Amino acid sequence: MPGVNSEYAIQTKDLAKSFGAKTAVRGLSLEVPRGTIFGFLGPNGAGKSTSIKMLLGLVKPSGGRAHVLGAPVGDVEVRRRIGFLPEDFRFYDWLTATELLQLHGRLCGMTDAKLRARVPEVIALVGLEPHAHRRLRGFSKGMLQRIGLAQALVHEPDLVFLDEPTSGLDPMGRRMVRDILRAERERGATVFLNSHLLSEIEVTCDQVVFIKEGEVVASQDLRARAEDDLAVIAHARHVSEETRAGLAQWVTDARYDDERLSFTVSSRSVLPSVLRHLVGSGADVFDFTAERVPLEEMFVRIMGEDRGL
Amino acid sequence: MNGILTMAGVTFREAARRRILWTALIAGALLLGIFAIALRLQVLEFQSRAMSPFVRYQVESGMLMVGLYTCDLLAVVMTILTSIDTLAGEISSGTIQAIATKPVARWQIFTGKFIGFAGMVIAYVVLTFAGTVAVSYAVTGVVPQHPVQGAALIVFECLLALSVTFLLGTRFGTLTNGVLALGLQGVAFMGGWLEQVSGFSQSAHIVTLGIVSSLVMPGESLWRRAAYEMQTPLAGSLSFSPFANVSIPSGAAVGYAGLFFVAVLTLAVWQFGRRDL
Repeated sequence: MPGVNSEYAIQTKDLAKSFGAKTAVRGLSLEVPRGTIFGFLGPNGAGKSTSIKMLLGLVKPSGGRAHVLGAPVGDVEVRRRIGFLPEDFRFYDWLTATELLQLHGRLCGMTDAKLRARVPEVIALVGLEPHAHRRLRGFSKGMLQRIGLAQALVHEPDLVFLDEPTSGLDPMGRRMVRDILRAERERGATVFLNSHLLSEIEVTCDQVVFIKEGEVVASQDLRARAEDDLAVIAHARHVSEETRAGLAQWVTDARYDDERLSFTVSSRSVLPSVLRHLVGSGADVFDFTAERVPLEEMFVRIMGEDRGL
Repeated sequence: MNGILTMAGVTFREAARRRILWTALIAGALLLGIFAIALRLQVLEFQSRAMSPFVRYQVESGMLMVGLYTCDLLAVVMTILTSIDTLAGEISSGTIQAIATKPVARWQIFTGKFIGFAGMVIAYVVLTFAGTVAVSYAVTGVVPQHPVQGAALIVFECLLALSVTFLLGTRFGTLTNGVLALGLQGVAFMGGWLEQVSGFSQSAHIVTLGIVSSLVMPGESLWRRAAYEMQTPLAGSLSFSPFANVSIPSGAAVGYAGLFFVAVLTLAVWQFGRRDL
């Protein structure tokens, strides 16, 4: 498309998909910078999976344009540089973990010599060394997630799509995935992550977008969040209405209930002024904590309360 | 090419693991046993009374055709039952997604899978066909007239059934695919018999119906051509049967089956290439 920028691993413009009368993705416009971990968030039915499938060439778009690693979606050759872990990964269960990775590596054009070196390496990476020669039939859901992640990474792709990579994993497994994703970023790869575990997204991603009804409704650079949107909770007594009204010049959403004062500030730099105001106006402050607004809170604010499906 | 071969290899191994294949092989072995016993009993019966070698040869040839017809039926049913799930099942379970996102074009995935199943089908037909002929030769000394042509036509009939299940698998779920594929096989069977009947009947409508049925699914005409190639000329004209040559499918009928095969595969590749996975 005109304006394809090599800085971006993924660029889409008004990407749309309808299944008959039902619109799954209305008009997705995205720019995913190379070398980042990019979170793709949205409620159930927001069109996330369909969007990923369009970017991978599994589903044909009804409209709009998209480029992945500089090539139009559907380009077969560019897939040599793409890895994908589908949600609920499954494969022929009579293959062993090693055979599965050899098969996927071969499909990606890897030579036998390269596979001999790389397959044990990637099996170790996902912590499945003791199970390298076991058939997938005996694997638990978590182990299947791990081998699925390994098949997505075996050919050292430049762009990895991960659809719910931590579902089915225990806390150690999740930490392992987090470390792998960071290592992938260090290597220069771009990671496109779809997950419902917002706490995972929060500690892993550089940037997130929020999808609603197939459109981007908000985006957030998580690396730049340290300075903005702080949620403050203070344990304080004698906070008069007048004092609370005076807070309005620095804070939003101020609430005072049972000695618990909560509000949001848009910059860390105003916190000393807020504290001075409280103390100066006669309030007794026992505790004062400022934290980044959790992603979950942000998600709920952007998406609105759950109205059911 | 690498992608096709890799897919063909894994599909062949996948196909060879299907329980239905082993069930069909056991069924084939059982039928072969029954066939051997029946032939032996016939030989003993012939020995107990004086019979001209000519008539004896014709009867034994006829029995060989019964064995080969059973082998043909089993091969076609096994082909359909093992392959109905390969595309339809992998699409519905999402297994295909991890493959279709690799640098392998959809037509290559399709071709690799088809070659894998074709290899399994050919191995099955060769094994059961050779087994039937070997039993006949060992017990009676009778072999088919043109075994290579006959076996090739049976393989072709199975590949035709395979192409139809692959086409249906690109569009429908496993169960629907199975019902439609077996239903079409029924149409083919009906077409073959109606064409036979047309050899006796004067009804133009029956002839037309038989031809139309064979055009919709030309598999059975391949068997009847195979039977014509393999049996003695006299045996074919002895009775009204699945291997009688009352109405022999012509070279044009075999050619039509070839065109049908190519058209079905082309349509399947096109449909698989354009559908959402």
